[in-house]
Amino acid sequence: MTVILGQLFTGVSIGAVLLLIALGLSLTFGQMNVINMAHGEFIMAGAYTTYVLQKSISGAGISLIVALPVAFLVSGALGALLEWLLIRRLYLRPLDTLLVTWGVSLMLQQLARDIFGAPNVQTRAPDVLTGHITVIGGDDPLTFANSRLFILGLAVTAVVALSLTLRLTPLGRRIRAVVQNRDLAEVSGISTGRVDRTAFFIGSGLAGVAGVALTLVGPIGPTMGTNVIIDAFLVIVVGGIGQLKGSVIVAFVLGALQSVLEYSTTVSVAKVLVLVAIVAFLQWRPQGLYTLRTRSLV
Amino acid sequence: MTDFTDSAGLEIRELRVTFDGFTAVDGVDLDVRPGDLRFLIGPNGAGKTTLVDAVTGLVRATGSVRFAGADLLGRSVHRIARSGIGRTFQTAAVFEELTVLQNLDIAAGAGRGALTMLRRRRGVPESVARALETVGLTGLADSPAGTLAHGQKQWLEIGMLLVQDVRLLLLDEPVAGMSQDERQATGELLQRISGERTVVVIEHDMDFMRSFARSVSVLHAGRVLSEGTVAEVQADPRVQEVYLGHTRTEDTSAAVPGPTAVQEA
Amino acid sequence: MTTTTPLAPKAGRLPGGRRRFTAARPAAGFVAAALVLFAVAPLALSDFRLGLLAKYLCTAIVAVGICLAWGRGGLLTLGQGVFFGLGGYAMAMHLKIADAGPGHVPDFMQLYGTATELPWWWRPFANPVFAIAATVLLPMAVAAILGSFIFRRRVKGAYFAILSQALAAAFAIWLVGQQATTGGTNGLTDIQGFFGYDLNDPVNQRMVYFVIAAVLLLLIALARQLMHSRYGELLVAVRDSEERVRFLGYDPANVKLVAYVVAAGMAGLAGALFVPAVGIISPALVGIVPSIELVIGAAVGGRASLTGAVLGAIGVAWARTALSEEFPAAWTYFQGLLFIVALAFLPGGLASLAAIVKRRRRNQGLSGDTA
Repeated sequence: MTVILGQLFTGVSIGAVLLLIALGLSLTFGQMNVINMAHGEFIMAGAYTTYVLQKSISGAGISLIVALPVAFLVSGALGALLEWLLIRRLYLRPLDTLLVTWGVSLMLQQLARDIFGAPNVQTRAPDVLTGHITVIGGDDPLTFANSRLFILGLAVTAVVALSLTLRLTPLGRRIRAVVQNRDLAEVSGISTGRVDRTAFFIGSGLAGVAGVALTLVGPIGPTMGTNVIIDAFLVIVVGGIGQLKGSVIVAFVLGALQSVLEYSTTVSVAKVLVLVAIVAFLQWRPQGLYTLRTRSLV
Repeated sequence: MTDFTDSAGLEIRELRVTFDGFTAVDGVDLDVRPGDLRFLIGPNGAGKTTLVDAVTGLVRATGSVRFAGADLLGRSVHRIARSGIGRTFQTAAVFEELTVLQNLDIAAGAGRGALTMLRRRRGVPESVARALETVGLTGLADSPAGTLAHGQKQWLEIGMLLVQDVRLLLLDEPVAGMSQDERQATGELLQRISGERTVVVIEHDMDFMRSFARSVSVLHAGRVLSEGTVAEVQADPRVQEVYLGHTRTEDTSAAVPGPTAVQEA
Repeated sequence: MTTTTPLAPKAGRLPGGRRRFTAARPAAGFVAAALVLFAVAPLALSDFRLGLLAKYLCTAIVAVGICLAWGRGGLLTLGQGVFFGLGGYAMAMHLKIADAGPGHVPDFMQLYGTATELPWWWRPFANPVFAIAATVLLPMAVAAILGSFIFRRRVKGAYFAILSQALAAAFAIWLVGQQATTGGTNGLTDIQGFFGYDLNDPVNQRMVYFVIAAVLLLLIALARQLMHSRYGELLVAVRDSEERVRFLGYDPANVKLVAYVVAAGMAGLAGALFVPAVGIISPALVGIVPSIELVIGAAVGGRASLTGAVLGAIGVAWARTALSEEFPAAWTYFQGLLFIVALAFLPGGLASLAAIVKRRRRNQGLSGDTA
């Protein structure tokens, strides 16, 4: 029983990380249909932001709290810049966007290497987050790491904040209007270019927040983005384009699946099996978990 | 027209198409005789295009669609196409990067074996040459289809249906955006074709319909409102009420507002 | 159905169709390429340089397949490394078994494991015929299975690209995880012999080069034939409007599958030839990064043009060797820039420059009426 609960919690915490890294993509890829391979490097930028802040602010707790908004701004600004420089020229060419942003991602990785050096660096987690909560005591204890709980909380907060923003604010309404009918939005007086850039800012900013969270569970390095980006894209593909709830469900299901398979096989075999499961799932639902049915030809 | 064996006739019963709760086609019964030139008219959102989508397998539907004795519902799009049904789209859908000749050659080739496919095309297949003549594009055979004028693209599409050797042509607004002369030519072409094949045309242009329709079905809110010759349909008070009453004021397409994109949910 | 009328005005010679797809006269270009590969290069280059060229030609073979699948079929295959790796590992497994000699297991197995006999799935590769066939058929089979799942359910465009990339990631991770049987991160290294020939002998290295050059030319010819066949025209049609093709009575899934499987077979063959040329196959050569690097060459040269894709692949591989050793950081920036410039501003690659210039010149006379 303890083992199952433990695995379940591991799954939920893997899922929370997945959700955080995929959340920004659900906006840029899911809503705007832009495949930004440099999204992983925006995560990296968030992580390095945390690292830099910790060097200048001594308290680990305060620097983490400060890092959240700062990382959001740093990665968001990078995203808006990328959108303005390149992506807006490529809106009708998704595959080219993928390759172009891959090029950007290569350059950002090298930039990180030049600034911070190739070896990984670490941040100190605040004392509050280094401990754990004991759920079941005794010989066979079940414990939850505080850092994982923090990430879970952060993921839930981010999802709620994003969905409220999309649903309730004027900005959210404009984003949805542009996503659903770009031409109509344009003639209705919405500056689609500005909406695109703002949406990209928010999506990339969320990557920065994810980067802050990742510093709690692993090292910071130039290739940390590449390692997680594919998983994040798979979450969106399986969840269904343009569907926040799909991404949320899929992140946790994939997390649980990964955790269970890792327990019963090895990490590398689990990776392969998860991919097989995804391909099998797409047989059943090629458009992902949630879809908008349309009668358009494409 | 003389034989009434239903060899290439279309028989639709109780056809129903639903998009996430919205019923676009709501129990349509429709018979099109072999060799007929049938016009489907009706205000926007009446379900005309969705009806054609259902017949050609693009959207799922319930009920029954029989063509040449075989039931079509549930078959995949390319199998329905192979059983002799072809269609065009509201916006001309030709392969812009390929030449007119290549477009037609591909349309002619669904039944080709692997060996033929792997060889180069030498010369012009006879059916393609004939279709080029019929739609008047012989001189443009080597031009990329993307460079054709709008009307020429629509003719190319009709030509593709001819070489595809379909027995039932479903045309979605084939004369939209054409000049008066082009409309006349297209109408005459359709009349010629319909002798040996069955043609169903979705159209908003009432003058065009009056000039060339052999029979007319009026769709409204997913149902068949009226059916018959042009005169019969025009005399039908129900039709006048929902539709034709407005046509005398020219603008037919905007006569009855309705959802053009039925899928938003 | 395919009887032809000789009286059609331009029957037999279809200038439009030809002109749009090839810039140069193919036969002359082919002879020139053969001359360069078989006469000029071996005479002009040192053994070391020729060895490097052999390696570049392997990436060019992959590019031929990418040109077909992506350039013509619109299938952005970001997982060609998987097929390259399958071919490479199949070949390397055989060569390692042969190096070890009868009754022995390859060196790394003695090192990592306690293995005294070959794992069951290694054994068939002791047979040279099986191994050679597997280098091509194994990647093709994997592509066929995967492709038929993916294409039949109409997973396409970006989804396909991401799935193929995930496949490359999973394959590399799996290889690393199976250290005892695949050599793990190191891969299969230190390969000495090639079907009885000592690979340390420069003469035999030259032989390997000639084999690779011949295979490249052969596959270019094969790809050319495919692209200019009716199938090639249909493939372009599927790329541009899959649904429209379906309404003409074709199943686009099959059309795409053929291109994908052929491209996989080419990548597998390239991997198999890479092993004797370089002496190693490892997960670092098959994952996401090498897979996408295989695409960049084709993209820079021109994805839709065979000549462009092949020259692009060779050029990028050359630039990588030339720059990355002395200025590793500069190379990464350069590579990133190449991607951005080639795809954002010159989507047809360098090959399209010629076409653009030609069109400009032609349009000066006409009024601009291009699509």
